Amino acid sequence: MAGAIVEATGLSKRFGAVMAVDGLSFAVQPGEIFGLVGPDGAGKTTTMRMLAGVMRSDDGSITVDGIDVRAHPEQAKRHVSYMPQRFGLYEDLTVEENIRFYADLFEVPRRLWEERAAAMLTASNMTPFRKRLAGQLSGGMKQKLGLTCSLVHTPRVLLLDEPTTGVDPLSRREFWQILYSLRGEGVAMVISTAYLDEAERCDRLALLHDGRMVHCDTPAGLKAKMPGAMIEVAAAEPRRVRDAVQKLPGVAGVLLIGIGAHIHVDDAGRRLPEIAAALSAAGIATTEIGEVAPSIEDLFVALLENERNAA
Amino acid sequence: MKLRRVKAIAVKEALQIVRDPRSLMIALLVPLMQMFVFGYGVSLDIRYIPLCVLDHEGSQQSRDLLQRFSASSYFAVRTVAAAERDVARAIDDGICELAVVIPSDFSQRLADAGGTTIQALVDGTDSNTAGIAAGYARTVVAVYSSDIQLETLQRRGGTMQTQTPVGVEARVWFNEELESRNFIVPGIVALVMAIVGAQLTSLTIAREWERGTMELLVSTPVQPMELMLGKLLPYFVVGMVDAGICLGLAVFWFDVPFHGTLATLLFTSSLFLTVVLCIGYLVSVAIRSQVGASQVALLLTMLPTTLLSGFAFPIDQMPAAVQGATFLVSARYYVLILKSVFLKGAGVQELAVPILCLTAYAIVIVVLAARAFRKTLD
Repeated sequence: MAGAIVEATGLSKRFGAVMAVDGLSFAVQPGEIFGLVGPDGAGKTTTMRMLAGVMRSDDGSITVDGIDVRAHPEQAKRHVSYMPQRFGLYEDLTVEENIRFYADLFEVPRRLWEERAAAMLTASNMTPFRKRLAGQLSGGMKQKLGLTCSLVHTPRVLLLDEPTTGVDPLSRREFWQILYSLRGEGVAMVISTAYLDEAERCDRLALLHDGRMVHCDTPAGLKAKMPGAMIEVAAAEPRRVRDAVQKLPGVAGVLLIGIGAHIHVDDAGRRLPEIAAALSAAGIATTEIGEVAPSIEDLFVALLENERNAA
Repeated sequence: MKLRRVKAIAVKEALQIVRDPRSLMIALLVPLMQMFVFGYGVSLDIRYIPLCVLDHEGSQQSRDLLQRFSASSYFAVRTVAAAERDVARAIDDGICELAVVIPSDFSQRLADAGGTTIQALVDGTDSNTAGIAAGYARTVVAVYSSDIQLETLQRRGGTMQTQTPVGVEARVWFNEELESRNFIVPGIVALVMAIVGAQLTSLTIAREWERGTMELLVSTPVQPMELMLGKLLPYFVVGMVDAGICLGLAVFWFDVPFHGTLATLLFTSSLFLTVVLCIGYLVSVAIRSQVGASQVALLLTMLPTTLLSGFAFPIDQMPAAVQGATFLVSARYYVLILKSVFLKGAGVQELAVPILCLTAYAIVIVVLAARAFRKTLD
């Protein structure tokens, strides 16, 4: 794709008999947040590692800023920053020492990184913790420190593997604010996440399943691809709702949510009365029932169902 | 290779060492303990062999002979037996290693026939000690015999020459007191440094894998050579402190005579330290768990150094194939260097061959260690 800074073509990785990543192709533009979404074992981490040049792909090609990552991983690493899923910084070093270590490894001129680190620490309210050991930081602060370290050399591509797992909601919001400001600076970001509400914040999403890309589009585009409609039922006993409706004609699937259930149907106008009737026949009290816009989670489940039915 | 990255790794590693005072204490105390344990434990001198005596006669002369045994520092009388039965039991139970039995006609036959024999029973379980014990016993009896001869001659008023026609006048060079400790302790310094040096670095890469910091590290542009140098530098400092402890103990505590120069000692020690640190690093690269790496490093250094370095067991007494294997043991060269520096005062010129061997060894290990590290997770 023209202007793309990250380009993966036919990327594959096999672990024994399992195809962890199977023929993945995508391109990421500068200033774009590209999300990798999928259940555990879909191949998100393996894809990230291949993009970062820390794992060799069996097949396919990756270029970062025009550099072939497979042929010249060390050259590509200068432009890429990778934040692994597991906290990768030194817990027995202070915040400042960690930042300095990565600045030195990337040979960032002293004045430059000091300025940049100070600004980022201020922006993420970390300045008072400069002298604290990284191991004594909270989960959210650890991730913000990880981000600061990976940005100290002003990478053009940022790879974030489930960066907000185990991070409190407030820190997650701060974290995303930093990502948005990076987008403004033209940094391309590939982010994998298990939180589907986070996926909605991405510019484009790739849905992965068993190492293959099921769909790739903007969140809105993906929603448009979803066949049928979504009916939300608010009820005290979501499981009973599911049992009562999942065998009805026109119901493709039921997803339990906190307040009740999301029912995926072929035609909302036609099925809504049928479902309401079935629920009252089963003696299930509902506080609310109506058509809603599908969330990414609905979408993901629905698209995977489609995939499974087609197969 | 970028010096800045080497320095960054070295500083990081040094901070981690300093912030883990427990491990640092172990790194400094273990060599101290090992020096004492091996320094006192390993001795090839045989003194105070437990002795059982059975005197069937009980005469002035028989008591005089036994007196010579107990007066010698080679023997210590443990059991004074009354019958053959007691002698057998003393040897069987391992209470005594040597028994001397004097027959009831000892002085009689000495006077009549001018010669007699006494019986010596040796516990041959430890053949080395048994041989030495029997040798010592022979010496004690030989001295006693020649004294009797002399006495008899003088009594007869004889003027016969009592001097042995040909005698050996042995002068010992380099270890004048013939103390085995003097040549064993320098070898123990090599043993302790080999064990401790490899242990120091054996954890350094494995720890990064276990703590999950390696994945981020390999995603940076750091080169394997930079990583290795940066990681070895701080441990080199710790290792040299250890070397100082060991060598200091050898000279000032174990009183091993030191005839060489400090410069030669420091130069050769740093060369050997480099070799063992690199061996530990190589193990750490190959084995991704800290426990496993530490075990393998111990196995790779302790066994060959103990058995094949020549620190206690002379290499020229080994079978040819085993002798060949000793050339692969880096400590072999360092043991040779240390013994020569300590006891002979050898300088760099005299030690050119072992120093070159050690240098070649260091180069090979450094290259292997740098190449063994792959910047991937596969």
